[in-house]
Amino acid sequence: MPVTYPFSAIVGQAEMKLALLLAATDPAIGGVMIFGDRGTGKSTAVRALAALLPPISVAKGCAYHCDPVSEAGGCTGNCGAVRCANAGAAWISTPVVDLPLGATEDRVVGALDLELALTRGEKRFEPGLLARAHRGFLYIDEVNLLEDHLVDLLLDVAASGENVVEREGLSVRHPARFVLVGSGNPEEGELRPQLLDRFGLSVEVATPSLLADRVDVMRRRDAFDRNPAAFVADWAAADTEIRDQIVAARASLATVQVTDGAMEAISRLCMTIGADGLRGELTILRASRAFAALNGDGSVSESHIREIAPMALRHRLRRNPLDQSGSGARIDRAIVELFDA
Amino acid sequence: MTSAEPGSPAWTDAYLVAALFAIDPTGLGGVVVRGPPGPARDGWTSMARSLLAPDAPVRRIPANIGDDRLLGGLDLAASLAARKPIVQRGVLAESDGGVVILPMAERIDAATAAKICAALDQGEVALERDGLASRQSARFGVIAFDEGLGADEQPPAALLDRVAFHLDLAAFGCREPLSQGPGPREVEQARCCVDQVAPAETPIIEALCAISQRLGVESARPALLALRAARAHAALQGRREIIAEDAAAAARLVLGPRASTCPDETQESAEPRAVDEAVPPADTELESRSEQPEEAKAQDGTEMVIAAIQAALPDDLISRMAMDRQVRAPAARAVGAGDRSTSASRGRPVGSRSGPLRAGARLNLIDTLRAALPWQALRDRGSAERRIEVRASDFRIRRYVQRRNSTTIFVVDASGSTAFQRLAEAKGAVELLLAKAYVTRSHVALISFRGACAETLLPPTRSLARAKARLADLPGGGGTPMAAGMDSALTLALAERARGRSPLMVLLTDGRANIGRDGAPSRASAESDAVASARQIQEAGIAAVFVDTSPRPAPDADRFARAMGATYAPLPYLDAAAVLEVVGEQRALGR
Repeated sequence: MPVTYPFSAIVGQAEMKLALLLAATDPAIGGVMIFGDRGTGKSTAVRALAALLPPISVAKGCAYHCDPVSEAGGCTGNCGAVRCANAGAAWISTPVVDLPLGATEDRVVGALDLELALTRGEKRFEPGLLARAHRGFLYIDEVNLLEDHLVDLLLDVAASGENVVEREGLSVRHPARFVLVGSGNPEEGELRPQLLDRFGLSVEVATPSLLADRVDVMRRRDAFDRNPAAFVADWAAADTEIRDQIVAARASLATVQVTDGAMEAISRLCMTIGADGLRGELTILRASRAFAALNGDGSVSESHIREIAPMALRHRLRRNPLDQSGSGARIDRAIVELFDA
Repeated sequence: MTSAEPGSPAWTDAYLVAALFAIDPTGLGGVVVRGPPGPARDGWTSMARSLLAPDAPVRRIPANIGDDRLLGGLDLAASLAARKPIVQRGVLAESDGGVVILPMAERIDAATAAKICAALDQGEVALERDGLASRQSARFGVIAFDEGLGADEQPPAALLDRVAFHLDLAAFGCREPLSQGPGPREVEQARCCVDQVAPAETPIIEALCAISQRLGVESARPALLALRAARAHAALQGRREIIAEDAAAAARLVLGPRASTCPDETQESAEPRAVDEAVPPADTELESRSEQPEEAKAQDGTEMVIAAIQAALPDDLISRMAMDRQVRAPAARAVGAGDRSTSASRGRPVGSRSGPLRAGARLNLIDTLRAALPWQALRDRGSAERRIEVRASDFRIRRYVQRRNSTTIFVVDASGSTAFQRLAEAKGAVELLLAKAYVTRSHVALISFRGACAETLLPPTRSLARAKARLADLPGGGGTPMAAGMDSALTLALAERARGRSPLMVLLTDGRANIGRDGAPSRASAESDAVASARQIQEAGIAAVFVDTSPRPAPDADRFARAMGATYAPLPYLDAAAVLEVVGEQRALGR
């Protein structure tokens, strides 16, 4: 694994970084879609997140990273030689699995173990990328270039939290709960609305327009390319700080209060904008709560909602596809009407 | 077109590009060489190859390469012989430490380009195929040949963004270049010491960023590539530090060809594309930070480097930009980026069938093994070792279906007879259809005819925002050159079919043809020409809808529709929703 660029060293792109931290705090928010031009650090940010996340405890020897506490015994028993129930625990780093373009379906969902089939004619299930991403992140660069049947499959698994394999005479089901992170460039083809709706948050990134930021990007990237190890060491403290922030936020997530007033504000906002379905409301609720937890606040306030609403709603508006003024303006207007009136 | 003689500054730069690329192929990403095949390109390529490290692998990647060869996969023969999975390395992994050559890069599809770009970004190939998972080092540089002629033929933008140099050899004469410029030994020396070049001073970095911004280069990558080019240039000159001269050369070679605005016009009009907030012009920003003397010194340095770079930028930047602007508009790329559905080797798998292993066929290994397994006891005649025998009759070939993409070509009559009230309604109808196309993800194209000729307002694209903008700008008035409109539409439809998309023509007109094919205003010849064009459309078998926008259904219009073999939709009260319905039906039939 090559050394990854540190998360804290990414210049600007505050919204993208926040969305990723929110998803890391509460996976139930349901994935992040990152839109942006070429060369804006989309992939860099996601790969950097991998290095940042706190380790998780898993049942020893389990191919699906089962949680030894809550899932013990709940695992399908297909985990291999060891039963999860009494396997004991081990620590691994949070999986962030990169779905490479050109991956075949058998590797994504899992398939017959080829080596065993070829050498001994034995039939055994070899877990795929979905199993590896359980309890972690699945990252797809250039989502719009992924073949449609793979996208459908991923969405189905991401929504149900379970991977059901019925192929090659195998019948396996295993848990696969992961945060889907996609990135794409709208210039290279639009995404289907059904696909967009499945992502909890959506952010748009652009090349920094300030000269000072561009200089910083260049200086840091150049330093990293010249000596990755030293550069990572320089930023280790800042990265640790963010990691601690995530850990603390996860711990306090359950205690963050959401008042009736805040709930009402969220619902009214969604009604004003005319977002389809209830997914928007739920996403704002969860993301605002995670945002409050990240900030160390005890309850969700108006300022949290204001900050979160654009990224939670932007991609859900029943929009006129030809209207380029963007949904961001509509959301901003609704927020102003609602809170400042 | 001026022809550049060997020895001219243009050739000197071409040599320099080859040398810099050979010094740091991985760091610089590569070179896109635009121009027709010929002695100039061959000469440049062989010279560039001679400068590379002697042991560097060089591999060619054909535009139609499959994933199994590009990324790697299961080596079937070896796997069966060894009775365990054997990974076959792909071309990208084989080129580790060397160079890949992409002939006809403008024909490469977006998916293949994205895989190459992923390898460029990561320096490795992540293989998740055929039941195999592995990571293989793949650090390489790219030499891509771009033989594209027009705006719609360009290598994928993602690739263009990641290679440092865009070299245009199209203007170079056919004369074989004489070998001059840095030789292999100098390049070799520079290659060894490029890592020892000291980190760039702040003025260099700031100047490259500022120039990049002034030239209207949006992406952050080119400035970084320019910095690397400056480093390679310093190493080539035997220096251990980057000076203004290196930055100037790098800016000229890396940033110059990407310019979309002219540095001078930018300086005067402050920031050209300041996005939302008001961004102060680059200069005032630097001044505002110049309280400390240190900063002031750095700023002076920056200005000096900027001046050096500006002096080095080619004089004809403006004229070249005017010529290239259309070509370099990013959205123009949307054309041709669509999937090509020529072979049945990709798409959604739908099971497998038995058959021989021919070129292009992909073996479904699992099904093959499954087919072979029941016979093992019979085939295993007393051999002591346990092995699986697979025979040709067991082979199972994968089958794929690929949905054919469609292109809807709108041919809008913008003549005077339609213009006043009908044109707005026709525009409304087209907009609704565009929204529909958004859902089905099909391509749209827009042709209008008025006055004496037809005009392609929008080549096939998925960018609906562009379609809408073009539509809004469409003026009305003048004669009705119907034959010309039909001919343009037919040419476009045939081109789309050649690309593997199914074309559907939607003609919105009142059928009052009055300009003939020769441009002369004569009602009789206009009509006979239009009927002839319509017949050609029918003969070509292009699906078409004829939307009659005249106030009363006209017999002429019906005649044209029949000659075209089109569905005739008389819409005296043009109603966008009704058009949508007709076209929707037509599309359902066409599928």
